[in-house]
Amino acid sequence: MGFDLKINGVVRNLDVPPDMPVLWILRDLLGLTGTKYGCGVAQCGACTVHLDGEPVRSCLLTVSAAAGHDITTIEAIAQTEAGAKVQQAWLDEEVIQCGYCQSGQIMAATALLQHIPNPTDADIDEAMAGNICRCGTYVRIRKAIRKAATHET
Amino acid sequence: MKSFFHLKHFLMRSVVATICCWSSVAAAETQLIKRGEYLFHAADCAACHVAPESNKLTGGRPFTLPFGTIFAVNITPDKQTGIGNYTDKEWLKMMHEGVGKGGRHLYPVMPYTAYTLMTDADALAIKAYLFSLKPEKALPPPNTLNFPFNQRWGMVFWNWLNNPNKRFQPDSTQSEQWNRGAYLTEALGHCSQCHTPRTITYGLSSKAYAGALQMGWRAYNLTSERQHGLGSWTDDQLISYLATGKAHGKGVASGPMAEAVEHGLRYMTHEDIAAMVAYLRSLPPVAEGPTVQDGQSGSESTFSVVSRRGKKLFVQACAGCHLPDGRGRQSEWGALEGAHSVSDPAGDNLVQVLRSGTSLETGQGKVFMPGFMKGYTPEELAAISSYVLSHFGRTHEDIKPAAFKN
Amino acid sequence: MKPRKNKVQKGFLPSSRRALLGAAVSAGSGFLLSAFLPGLPLLKASKAQDAATGAIFSPNAFIRIDAQGKVTFIIRYAEMGQGIYTGISMLLAEELDLELDQVFLEAAPADLAYVDSVAGEEETGGSSSTRDSWIPLREAGAAARMMLIAAAAHHWGVTEDTCQARNGRVFHRDSPRSLSYGELAEAAAHQAVPVKVSLKSPADFKLIGTNPRRLDTKAKIDGSARFGIDVQITGMKIGRIMACPVKGGRLTGYDRIAALAVLGVVDVITLPDAIAVIGNHMWAAIKGLEAANPRWDYGSNAVTSTNDIVARMKKASEQSGVQAVKNGNAEAALKQADIRIDAVYELPFLAHAALEPINTTLHIRQDGADVWVGTQVPGRARQEVADATGLPPESISVHNHLIGGGFGRRLDSNSIGQAARFAKQVPYPVKLIWTREEDITQDQFRPFYYDRISAGLTRDGAISGWHHRTTGSAVTARWYPEGMQKGLDPDAVEGAAQTPYALPDQLVEFVRDEPDAVTTLWWRGVGPTHNVFVVESMIDELAHQAGHDPLAFRKKLAAHQPRALKVLEEAAKQSGWGKVLPPGHGMGIALHYSFQTWAATVLEVAVEQSGQIRLVHVHTAVDCGPVVFPDGVVAQIQGGLIFGLTMALYNEITLKDGRVEQTNFHNYRMMRLNEAPDISVHIVPDPDAEIGGIGEVGTVAAAPALANALFAATGKRLRRIPFAKQFGGEKA
Ligand code: FES
Ligand code: FES
Repeated sequence: MGFDLKINGVVRNLDVPPDMPVLWILRDLLGLTGTKYGCGVAQCGACTVHLDGEPVRSCLLTVSAAAGHDITTIEAIAQTEAGAKVQQAWLDEEVIQCGYCQSGQIMAATALLQHIPNPTDADIDEAMAGNICRCGTYVRIRKAIRKAATHET
Repeated sequence: MKSFFHLKHFLMRSVVATICCWSSVAAAETQLIKRGEYLFHAADCAACHVAPESNKLTGGRPFTLPFGTIFAVNITPDKQTGIGNYTDKEWLKMMHEGVGKGGRHLYPVMPYTAYTLMTDADALAIKAYLFSLKPEKALPPPNTLNFPFNQRWGMVFWNWLNNPNKRFQPDSTQSEQWNRGAYLTEALGHCSQCHTPRTITYGLSSKAYAGALQMGWRAYNLTSERQHGLGSWTDDQLISYLATGKAHGKGVASGPMAEAVEHGLRYMTHEDIAAMVAYLRSLPPVAEGPTVQDGQSGSESTFSVVSRRGKKLFVQACAGCHLPDGRGRQSEWGALEGAHSVSDPAGDNLVQVLRSGTSLETGQGKVFMPGFMKGYTPEELAAISSYVLSHFGRTHEDIKPAAFKN
Repeated sequence: MKPRKNKVQKGFLPSSRRALLGAAVSAGSGFLLSAFLPGLPLLKASKAQDAATGAIFSPNAFIRIDAQGKVTFIIRYAEMGQGIYTGISMLLAEELDLELDQVFLEAAPADLAYVDSVAGEEETGGSSSTRDSWIPLREAGAAARMMLIAAAAHHWGVTEDTCQARNGRVFHRDSPRSLSYGELAEAAAHQAVPVKVSLKSPADFKLIGTNPRRLDTKAKIDGSARFGIDVQITGMKIGRIMACPVKGGRLTGYDRIAALAVLGVVDVITLPDAIAVIGNHMWAAIKGLEAANPRWDYGSNAVTSTNDIVARMKKASEQSGVQAVKNGNAEAALKQADIRIDAVYELPFLAHAALEPINTTLHIRQDGADVWVGTQVPGRARQEVADATGLPPESISVHNHLIGGGFGRRLDSNSIGQAARFAKQVPYPVKLIWTREEDITQDQFRPFYYDRISAGLTRDGAISGWHHRTTGSAVTARWYPEGMQKGLDPDAVEGAAQTPYALPDQLVEFVRDEPDAVTTLWWRGVGPTHNVFVVESMIDELAHQAGHDPLAFRKKLAAHQPRALKVLEEAAKQSGWGKVLPPGHGMGIALHYSFQTWAATVLEVAVEQSGQIRLVHVHTAVDCGPVVFPDGVVAQIQGGLIFGLTMALYNEITLKDGRVEQTNFHNYRMMRLNEAPDISVHIVPDPDAEIGGIGEVGTVAAAPALANALFAATGKRLRRIPFAKQFGGEKA
């Protein structure tokens, strides 16, 4: 069965089972390994990509549900204004430890700033609570998002 | 041609096997088995008889009832542990009267009070299908019932009260579609078994389809009443719900209803689903049970303290799938908006889903939600439920932590 | 994330133990030391690499400089997020007089040249990397610098003392001449290795003590960083492994045809106790394994539950054990005590739950093998593959990768051996992945500990008798049998045998009780994570019993430890210890000395009416001696605290019918951003002290600080982890 998936602006035709999650298509078929597998059950957020600008869990996003929508991954997020700001703030605040969760964190934070350019602490809590960081970089994630937001204007 | 079939269309399928003259007996047999398989799905046998942790029909699933625990039996054609020794006559007696092989009375967890309406031909087609499967040796655990319920002979009296033992009679004043729907709903789908309240003797009450609580899950009101029942649903919503387990703006099937969809309804033809919908539409309204609240919640400032705490937990563990606004995210099966379960102030199904999870096989793969009991405290689960009810159901009543204690 | 194996902490251990450890080091480490002395010839593997990389100056195993001036550092430690790539590079670059942005990094292969001489093998753990490298790697850098200078001096015909290295060039003091390291590389390679290396004086440090940008972060923000799980090899297939859910069970059957019928599945292979389905992609492997529906004989552990394990431990704990410390007469002193507390503390089995699940990619051929994996022990990894395949270790290349969280899990290489036993059955390269469910249920767990502790107090607040008996598994016995001390696992009593306090009558014992149904392993913070919780809770109990302020009580008992007093005072000052708190709030304090680092932590908690626990703020004052990378220290304490608080609030692994009941993050819960407290880290400078470890210090402090804060807030003393479910609305 063929599906057309638009990933980072490029349409790819994929002959895969309809229930195949986008996560494995990205990682195993397209070599876009920046999107990570952490739990497979939408609990950790490591696999977060944008589906039409919304942060979604690609481990449970089937190809049949994603076909016809715009998918953006960590590899292309720098091309968005918010994404570039978030990445810079991440560097400035030295957020990262092992880094495994951070693609997902950056995707979640970027979506947040795209929707709410000046988030309150409560907004940050709400948008980021779905992303686990086992290394415990939360204190710095908060700081980096605030920083990225103040650069907004 | 069409007029010839018109009158007894709903029964036509039942007799196909006997009236047609296939050149080969084997082909007829194959046809019978195929039809039996379809009816097996329509009668939703697998939902109860599939073994836990496998896809085999070897039974073993426990049903905890007010009077004890009953285990589903092995319905593969194994001669010692399954149904392999049933003659056609014995089979019909079992399906229609609830009297099993050797005269043992079945407990009415087995919906023979519904299957009694099934035609002989349909019942035997199901048997033919089951006999075509590979026999599996597996004995379910013995039932653990309290006296006097462990006395099977007592079922004789129960049957006097509750099992009329008669076949389905079409209503000539109704359309062919309605009759087909009625047959599917009553005789095969046995929907009333869950959705009609039980009497004190566990028989069905007269308030047909007014909704009932079964093993902790609420089977909702299916009557045409607008607030409590299906009155506000469109045909498309109903069809989609039955066929796929989800209906846009009406939520998602979970728990036992998800099983009914997974093992039965999703295999049915569009025509048959539409017929069931036509029949359900005609159920007289009964204003009972929880009502459905459509639309978004009011301001969060009206939420209880518990609810507001629940929100913090919801965004951690739930929003990944359901989205903060309940639209569902990566899958339409994650939608919460408009679901009966999130506006039922008792929160029965919400509690059940959080306790034990739910899963559903769909055309796009398996969708599931795990139970959250081990990772979260009863207070936290109660807070999540309270938030869900107030946010998505505008029902401002806190769920008590006791609902999540064992 | 394991204890120091050989390193002896000064003043704490009985001399017999020190002697024994010393013997263990020297027995196997003659060749190791040589690898550390800069300038010694490189081992073969590295020579071959030189040819491949075009390096012409490789003064030692850690540094390569090519003719273009490209400097490559070969890092022998695994980067798991602790920032070690940066810290180690700072040591080398400092002495080599380079800016960090001039340096390229490479993970070291499995090779004797990279053995950590203190650990006795190639290993990242025990918060030891910076400690073990502080002198040797600076020497490595300094030796290279000296050889470059010698080459320049020789070239110009001047004396070496008129030449100076700066930013990748050697300058002549008395003329405007200078040469780049690249230009000098070839000549430097012919210089004699310095016999005596002179290190920079700390006053001249340009990098050490500063906060440069971490070297591994750029690739981690744009998805280009490659973790083990991201490896892609031409012709590679992907497999999902499932082992018997009960330890010791066996595979009895599976539906091969059904599995192979799944689109994309290419193979089903088995081991006696596990099955792997291999596909063109992970989804095929996942679906294939579902279809394979493996069946098991669960074996003798099929009836075991955590309750059984704990019941047995409890029984074992009634007998006396191996003595770790015996000072004075604890029992007699206890009898004379004015106040006496007898308590039982219980700490659960714990999973590591690193965010990157276990995975190994292998290509096993007739003549050798390649292994791509993130491991804390590349040498062991190579040996595992050799054992599994019968290949000679030299024919096996281990390509170490970034690790998405280690926390001790990747100090064991059993998963690599398992993967090798699968991979040798197929001709192609294969990436074998454990799902999250597999990662949690098949983890090797932090042991369950059952601690009995009795302590007494005199009327004037001095401790009168201290008897601590800990019962549990000895990880050392399995992982490093030579480390056992006549039946004593030094890790099991670390943090109990040595406390910051004056305990004149002290008896510390260890009772070994190995659970059959699980395998145990190191876990972040190791012994101290367990023992400091017990000790610091007990000290707190005593303080409250005696009606003393917990801070003042500790200061008095640790009066002989000036560094303890400094961190206590700093934490108290920064947190505002003693200030009036809102109702429902409480502050708890914990002091500890672990991994040669002193730390005091004050945590403020709020407990709502409903029993919901909210972490408000944590202050940690830390003295780890000289600080290489201050922001790295701060990050490690922050992360370590979150790790420990997650455990303290939520985590336990339980068994039912021999199976692990927790499977994924919905039932093995992680702290989330909206629960994380603010954390302030205060570095107490102590440049002349011995350098201390940092990766595990925060984790150690978390549970006792929280338990003590919860007591302050509610009057409820928690002696069992995890805490969250012990608070309920009805009880509060
Ligand atoms: S892998 Fe998708 S949320 Fe964890
Ligand atoms: S940085 Fe390691 S999991 Fe977040």
